[in-house]
Amino acid sequence: MQLAGCGRAQLEPAGPISDAERTILLDSVVIMLAIVVPTIALTIGIAWWYRSSNARARRQPDFVYSGRVELLVWSIPTLVIIFLGGIAWISSHDLDPAQPLPSKRAAIDIQVVSLDWKWLFIYPKLGIASVNRLVVPAGVPLHLTVTSASVWNVFWVPQLGSMLYCMNGMAGSLYLQADRPGVYRGLSAMISGDGFADMHFDTDAVPQGRFEAWAASTRGAGPALDTRAYEALLRQSIDAPHTYGSVRPGLFGDIVMQRLPPGEGPRGGVADVRPVGLK
Amino acid sequence: MTLLGKLTWQAIPFQEPLPLLSGAAVLIIMIAVLAWVIVRGYVPYLWREWITSVDHKRIGIMYCILAGVMLLRGFIDAIMMRTQQAMAYNAPGFLPPSHFDQIFSAHGTIMIFFVAMPFVIGLMNVIVPLQLGVRDVAFPTLNSVSFWLTAAGALLVNLSLVVGEFDRTGWLPYPPLSELTYSPGVGVDYYCWSLQISGIGTLMTGINFVTTILKLRAPGMHYSRMPMFCWTALASNLLIVAAFPILTACLAMLLLDRYVGFHFFTDTGGGNSMMFMNLIWAWGHPEVYILVLPAFGIYSEVVSTFSSKPLFGYRSMIYATMAICIISFMVWLHHFFTMGAGADVNAIFGIASMIIAVPTGVKIFNWLFTMYGGYVRFTSPMLWSIGFMVTFAIGGMTGVLLAVPPADFQLHNSVFLVAHFHNVIIGAVLFGVFAGYTYWFPKAFGFVLDERLGKWAFWLWLIGFWVAWGPGYVVGLEGMTRRLQHYDVAEWHPWLVLAEWGVLIILLGIVAQIAQIVVSIRTRERRRDVTGDPWDGRNLEWVTSSPPPAFNFAVLPDVTDQEPYWDMKARARELGQLTRPEPQYEPIHMPRNSPTGFVTAFFAVVTGFALIWHIWWLVLLGLAGAYATFVVFAWRDHDEILIPAEEVARLDRANRAARSAALQHRQLRRESQPESHE
Amino acid sequence: MSAPSTALRAGRDPYHMGHVPATGEPEYTGHGGGGPAPKRIVVGYGFWIFILSDVILFSAFFATYTVLIHARNGGPGPRELFDLHNTAQETACLLLSSFTCGMASLAVGRRNLLWTEITLALTGLLGVTFLILELHEFLGLVARGAGPTHSAFLTAFFSLVGCHGVHVSAGLLWLGTMMAQFPAKGFKESIRHRYLCFSLFWHALDIIWIGIFTVVYLIGFLTP
Repeated sequence: MQLAGCGRAQLEPAGPISDAERTILLDSVVIMLAIVVPTIALTIGIAWWYRSSNARARRQPDFVYSGRVELLVWSIPTLVIIFLGGIAWISSHDLDPAQPLPSKRAAIDIQVVSLDWKWLFIYPKLGIASVNRLVVPAGVPLHLTVTSASVWNVFWVPQLGSMLYCMNGMAGSLYLQADRPGVYRGLSAMISGDGFADMHFDTDAVPQGRFEAWAASTRGAGPALDTRAYEALLRQSIDAPHTYGSVRPGLFGDIVMQRLPPGEGPRGGVADVRPVGLK
Repeated sequence: MTLLGKLTWQAIPFQEPLPLLSGAAVLIIMIAVLAWVIVRGYVPYLWREWITSVDHKRIGIMYCILAGVMLLRGFIDAIMMRTQQAMAYNAPGFLPPSHFDQIFSAHGTIMIFFVAMPFVIGLMNVIVPLQLGVRDVAFPTLNSVSFWLTAAGALLVNLSLVVGEFDRTGWLPYPPLSELTYSPGVGVDYYCWSLQISGIGTLMTGINFVTTILKLRAPGMHYSRMPMFCWTALASNLLIVAAFPILTACLAMLLLDRYVGFHFFTDTGGGNSMMFMNLIWAWGHPEVYILVLPAFGIYSEVVSTFSSKPLFGYRSMIYATMAICIISFMVWLHHFFTMGAGADVNAIFGIASMIIAVPTGVKIFNWLFTMYGGYVRFTSPMLWSIGFMVTFAIGGMTGVLLAVPPADFQLHNSVFLVAHFHNVIIGAVLFGVFAGYTYWFPKAFGFVLDERLGKWAFWLWLIGFWVAWGPGYVVGLEGMTRRLQHYDVAEWHPWLVLAEWGVLIILLGIVAQIAQIVVSIRTRERRRDVTGDPWDGRNLEWVTSSPPPAFNFAVLPDVTDQEPYWDMKARARELGQLTRPEPQYEPIHMPRNSPTGFVTAFFAVVTGFALIWHIWWLVLLGLAGAYATFVVFAWRDHDEILIPAEEVARLDRANRAARSAALQHRQLRRESQPESHE
Repeated sequence: MSAPSTALRAGRDPYHMGHVPATGEPEYTGHGGGGPAPKRIVVGYGFWIFILSDVILFSAFFATYTVLIHARNGGPGPRELFDLHNTAQETACLLLSSFTCGMASLAVGRRNLLWTEITLALTGLLGVTFLILELHEFLGLVARGAGPTHSAFLTAFFSLVGCHGVHVSAGLLWLGTMMAQFPAKGFKESIRHRYLCFSLFWHALDIIWIGIFTVVYLIGFLTP
């Protein structure tokens, strides 16, 4: 169900992580509004009531200290913060990105490489790879390992949940899950250069059967993702979605361990990238 | 190696109409102003009274003028950004990515470093020595150097518009994007060098004010009798001293990477880009408290003055201020919860970030209780303060929300975050300096600003701000990330168009502010502040005439209580005459004016420009010039001028006469209208 | 109704600060009620705050060094590179120079131009020796292919130790200027204040060196 005008994003979760995060978001806002709304009302109310032209207001020019008021104004925020702090502690642990999701199904491994300016998704156990389109089975935990080929990016699919930094030389671990089939928008949440705005991709969650069919039809078809093909990907470009029929084993490991060098940056000293076959 | 390093004619954007025309427009305006100044013969006056001045009041005013001018530049950037995003739904807009990226980077850099900082520092400069009851800051010439170095940094940033380019990495240049590999142009270098130069100025301001507030106060002014604005100025300057060296170190490391191939933050060679994040935010978080604490101090002054009541809970305000000061150093990781530090680390920093909300909440409640039981006057400074309390309550709330790590996992770097920090920076810092300059304008210039236009400005800004940034919260929750040059999500478009309207309303607010200044100057004779106390103020700055004489006080006041001026005034009103008899006037030593600041800044600009463009011989020349300036200053035989006793007497007697007349007038009025509140 | 607030009149303690404001003479209680401090205190205090800020600058480099110490890029580490004999000599130079700087402070206090110049010259000489030893170490490392561009660890090492060296160089420039100022201007108050600041700076650099010597060289030898 789509809430009109809300945009399909954090407030319309499609998975357990984003669902929990939405709950925390809304609960925290409600708790804080319980303080903020009365405070705003008091501000306007007190200012208006004690306006100098109001003959009915009782003036207290010596009211500059009150132990009781002090106790109140220190303890109200403190209590709210203790409460929210508890929520923060518990939820940080429950929703730690690297924590595996409880599920009867085994997690599927996907390796994510952010490039300039596109996303590479490698399915190591399936031997295939995809650029700018992430196809996943619905209802199955996704174990994403993210890295970058060059500059920082942030892998983010708002309807599925937590974002995570992609950094060269490092492998970040992120567990997400799409509960039901659908197309969910993904993007990069960190400026990475001139082509950054085009770094969005579709996350296609499909039923298990269709996923296996897609994997099978992709394998063996199309180009191979070997070192040469990867080096072509390293060049700054904006790509249309396409797939690779095979992946050189250990490619991701080589990227993370920097056995394959990072991307080179703009050629000729000036970045002037034109989109390559945008959809 | 060529004579001009990397500098060629291609550095000037002949093929790009937008920067070329805007640069040309600025150049024409500058030349026109310069010509007017020269033709009217103002140059000797400007040189003698302003450029070489070491008077804290003059320096403070120059800081505020710099901030105001740069606000216009930064705001034009904002209009361009909003327009681009309003247009660029499934369309390229009018700004290609390379321009758009420079514009949002310049917007942030200018607003933080060359609008908010100078404004806050400027107000502290004008007011703190007056409130402390002393004649000047601890190191007046250093103060002048600080200002001119800040101006030098601002000049370099603006120079990048026409000679070269600015950085495209955002207002904080995260590596590896900001490393030479991915940003081979001069943009990041412009950024780094201009901030290193102005950073030295700011650090010296910090040292100056910490020393002034702790070591130079009027007799009898214990710490517990200092005005709240001075307490917040102390906290802010302590933060400057502690945090700015981290920025200097971090940018130096980035520069070493870019210039000599070091590996602090590079992808290769073992560099660690996460180290940059930690260092820059270890500076970055205290920086926002450097900005907001003096604003809080301004609100304390304004709210108590316009409630005709002392500040409520002065002691706990001090505790709250110093608590904020200290805790602000313990929260920096909340700027990168999503970097993957793990649950324990994230949770600890999240909780620490929330703890800061406690003293902040205490302050808001104390302001409320200051108004409670008082006589609230809705002058424009008071309107700004009330507008702040309402706006900041929401902004602070979204901040605490972002401090919950799993919430941040879905909001980091989104437009929700951008809306939050605009909410708190505009709502607290900008509204604060607007309240401050309206409140203290009569003290600095001797006449009051037009109230009607001031109120127009307030309402336009308040409404405009919410129309511009309310949508930001919405699109942030619709999955929009920041800094997008174009997008294809239909839901975002109407909100971004609405935001554009908000910015236009703010533009009207700025027009009202400019009109207010122009109209007030034109009609200033009608608005003269004759006594020096136009608002019925409470602290020592209102003891002096408006504007104060160079020496501030003929005799340093004896402070016997908190709110010393109010106490004096209360007794004077009871007696119907001034409490102190005319003092024995003596000649006063004041520091001599010096071109050191201006000349140092000149060499700083030369050196900075030369470093950016790799003109090594010019670097050496610039550094030698700066050193020579220092030596010339150190070789001075006479560093003070003597103001003769007759001059002191003349100025002080005029003020005393005006105040006595006002007291008599008030006495007469009260006798004829005993029921009115005064 | 229209009475001005009486809460803050002298003799009351409306904010419960714990002391009753006095009427008449301000007392010098150490809580800063004695009026503006004398110039010498103000100058020294301000410079001391500057030194604290400089210590923070160094801590950023120290922190970076400890983070990057294992980022060798396949190259050598501290044990293979550091020569503790050289470090000991550098330390001796700096410690001795602090001693001579202290002697110069005494000479300045006595207004003795000859001994001021001699002790300052000795301080400068020891400082220059320190720099030569350090430069020699640096050039040696570069010649062995262990320059600062080789790895993040070496970058951090050269930057931290080099930052200290740059401060020493600036100090020497300042020292030279002071050696020219004393004969030219005599022992005027402003010159003596300036010298006070210089000696604070010089001693602070010595303290930082002890930190470097410990964290970089000694602990480096214990680091695999």
